[in-house]
Amino acid sequence: MSAESGTNFDEMLNADGTVRPAYAEYRQWFDNQDKGWLRRQDAEAERFFRRIGITFNVYGDDAAEERLIPFDMIPRIITAREWRKLTRGIEQRVRALNAFLQDLYHRQEIIRSGRLPIEALRNNEAFLSQMIGFTPPGGVYTHVVGIDLVRTGPDDFMVLEDNARTPSGVSYMLENRETMMAMFPELFTKIPVRPVSDYPRRLARSLRACAPPAYKGGKRPVVAVLTPGIFNSAYFEHAFLADQMGAELVEGNDLRVVDGRVCMRTTTGYKAIDVIYRRVDDDYLDPLSFNPNSQLGVAGIFDVYRSGGVTIANAPGTGIADDKAIYSYMPEIVEFYTGEKPILQNVPTWRCSEADSLGYVLDNLADLVVKEVHGSGGYGMLIGPTSSKKEIADFEQKLRAKPSNYIAQPTLSLSTCPIFTKEGLAPRHLDLRPFVLVSPDGIDITPGGLTRVALKKGSLVVNSSQGGGTKDSWVLDE
Amino acid sequence: MLGRGASGVFWMSRYLERAENTARLIDVGFHLALTRGNRQSQDEEWKSVLTTTGMLEDYCSKHSDFGGSQVFNYLLRDRDNPGSVLAMVENARTNARVVRTSITNAVWETTNEGWMHLRDLLARPVRETNLGEVLREIRRIGTLVRGALEGTMLRNEVFNFSRIGTFIERADNTARILDVKYYVLLPSAAWVGSSLDNVQWDTLLRSVAGNRAYSWLNAGSMDPRGIARFLILDGQFPRSLVFSYEKIRSNMAGLAKEYGHEVPAHQLLRDAGDKLNQTAIEEIFEGGLHEFLQDFIGKTIEIGSAIAADYRFSE
Repeated sequence: MSAESGTNFDEMLNADGTVRPAYAEYRQWFDNQDKGWLRRQDAEAERFFRRIGITFNVYGDDAAEERLIPFDMIPRIITAREWRKLTRGIEQRVRALNAFLQDLYHRQEIIRSGRLPIEALRNNEAFLSQMIGFTPPGGVYTHVVGIDLVRTGPDDFMVLEDNARTPSGVSYMLENRETMMAMFPELFTKIPVRPVSDYPRRLARSLRACAPPAYKGGKRPVVAVLTPGIFNSAYFEHAFLADQMGAELVEGNDLRVVDGRVCMRTTTGYKAIDVIYRRVDDDYLDPLSFNPNSQLGVAGIFDVYRSGGVTIANAPGTGIADDKAIYSYMPEIVEFYTGEKPILQNVPTWRCSEADSLGYVLDNLADLVVKEVHGSGGYGMLIGPTSSKKEIADFEQKLRAKPSNYIAQPTLSLSTCPIFTKEGLAPRHLDLRPFVLVSPDGIDITPGGLTRVALKKGSLVVNSSQGGGTKDSWVLDE
Repeated sequence: MLGRGASGVFWMSRYLERAENTARLIDVGFHLALTRGNRQSQDEEWKSVLTTTGMLEDYCSKHSDFGGSQVFNYLLRDRDNPGSVLAMVENARTNARVVRTSITNAVWETTNEGWMHLRDLLARPVRETNLGEVLREIRRIGTLVRGALEGTMLRNEVFNFSRIGTFIERADNTARILDVKYYVLLPSAAWVGSSLDNVQWDTLLRSVAGNRAYSWLNAGSMDPRGIARFLILDGQFPRSLVFSYEKIRSNMAGLAKEYGHEVPAHQLLRDAGDKLNQTAIEEIFEGGLHEFLQDFIGKTIEIGSAIAADYRFSE
């Protein structure tokens, strides 16, 4: 949509064109670099990514095709003060998400109190009845969370989405930093950027702290990363994290239940796993409990889970917390469980299941973004301002047929940050996904995250599956 | 390590070894085609290359003649040929992706870069003028990956499974190359060391990169029994049957040491190795070279299957 540069908040430049303090040192360095050299470094970065195989597969594409997510060399910079506020808000929100899940699968106080209508749960596939009455090891539901943030002004960060199932992209956070440090080492001696490289160690520690009752001490708990396999779009990340954590990378057919434990087939026999960091969806975890056609999961794993033989991270059934229908209730949810006002705001959201809201949305389709409640990855959505009359009319049909399947949000004036183009710096819209680890020891937020940036002028869609790119995300030290 | 991981490194190495050996066979076939004017003997040469790689039947179902560039394009890059060199290097790379967490970055990157380069080289049909470059690149990938394994990998189970894969494949390939050409080594009425024989013997040695080593060891003189002894029983030649089995034995011993126990494949290998070591070249010829090679190929397959089963490559 047509968010003209100048009308929205730019991360690097003030409205009068002067450089904001966060970017002062970087911009000074940038202006002193030879642009031809920068262009060569840019090409070098792409070769680097291809060689080490940081690629992703696009569903529906030729299976053999592995694409690169474009990397932009201009960092996205966050000041220490901004980050302090963000971490407070994220921590509050993640705490509320876990309390909410614990409540939903037990007494459902929030429904009894009337703060959340029972309709939000009814017929919601993300709610797993198999989880009712069960508390995961350590009381942790969301071991890894990615909170998608957008910015509309100097102090206006808003949560666009909570990713509480299996958020991906953390390998890009790490590799983007590696690439930047390899290409421009002198930047990191001039500017105090907080490191992100110990994320895999923290993840391993956090997962080990959630060992199941069957783990009897002695050696460290055995952690394995469960991947759907090499054809999954995020396979690179699964292998990368397993490697960096020193964990086994397993597929469903490596696993079977032996004597009440989930075990992996090694060259010398079956060996028990304590914690499974799974990167497959709930549906594919256990053909006995969920999708009977799944080739990706392990028959009987869910019974082992419920009897304390293994920890599954994230817990099955966490998807209910990042469901877009639930999202609209997040301000109430945060307040209900923390007793505080939310530090981070939601994007205003109309629930099309409600007659008044539906009426408003139908009247204003051309100005709104309408999303499927259960969709993800930027698929199945309408962006009113950039859509043709026909596209809007077609979408209206779908919306009228099943209103409860949709929510609507205003088109935000998202912040921009310059990207490096052949013609020089050019502002593009972006968001930020910080990664949050939860264990009984507390909540741990890595300073930075994944910045996704639209590469097309004016575009608001940053998803990699829709042609978005990424940037290194810097949090400055105090 | 995971059984699937052991299978991954084992097959990654096998595919790279097979790709390299196929490249060498093509090289020799092409070389012969250049030196022999006679169309019929050229065809025979390409046919024997296809027989060695086990693709003659598939090839004949698609083509009616043995034009050189048609044959080598089929062997190198035909999309419908699952045994093409490109498909094998792709398989090796896919297996490397599967076991990425077990191999070093150096091993992964050489495999991945090699595949990317070869894919570009084979994007268009190969002509006689750039065949040499393509074959060199294929051999180079194998060399670089072996070097990366040698230089960067822990000497642990992963390394051992990779080496076992390499040498199972090499033993099999050398035996097959020899078996397709065994008749040139048999004494016959025409056997008086004619120049035709010399060319055929030299071809055979070239197919396993042994021509220079052989003439160095034998001061340039060639005789069929000496060549057979060299390819089967020479403990110094890195592509001989005895050498390959000795390497498998030593890497299997490494596994037994690491795991603290042997598996049935160890005994199978020991029996086969002992038998091979106690065999003299005269006995092989008396019992029949072809029969000996068939027996050896069968035994090698049996050992490979036993290793896969004993170490739980699959369920």
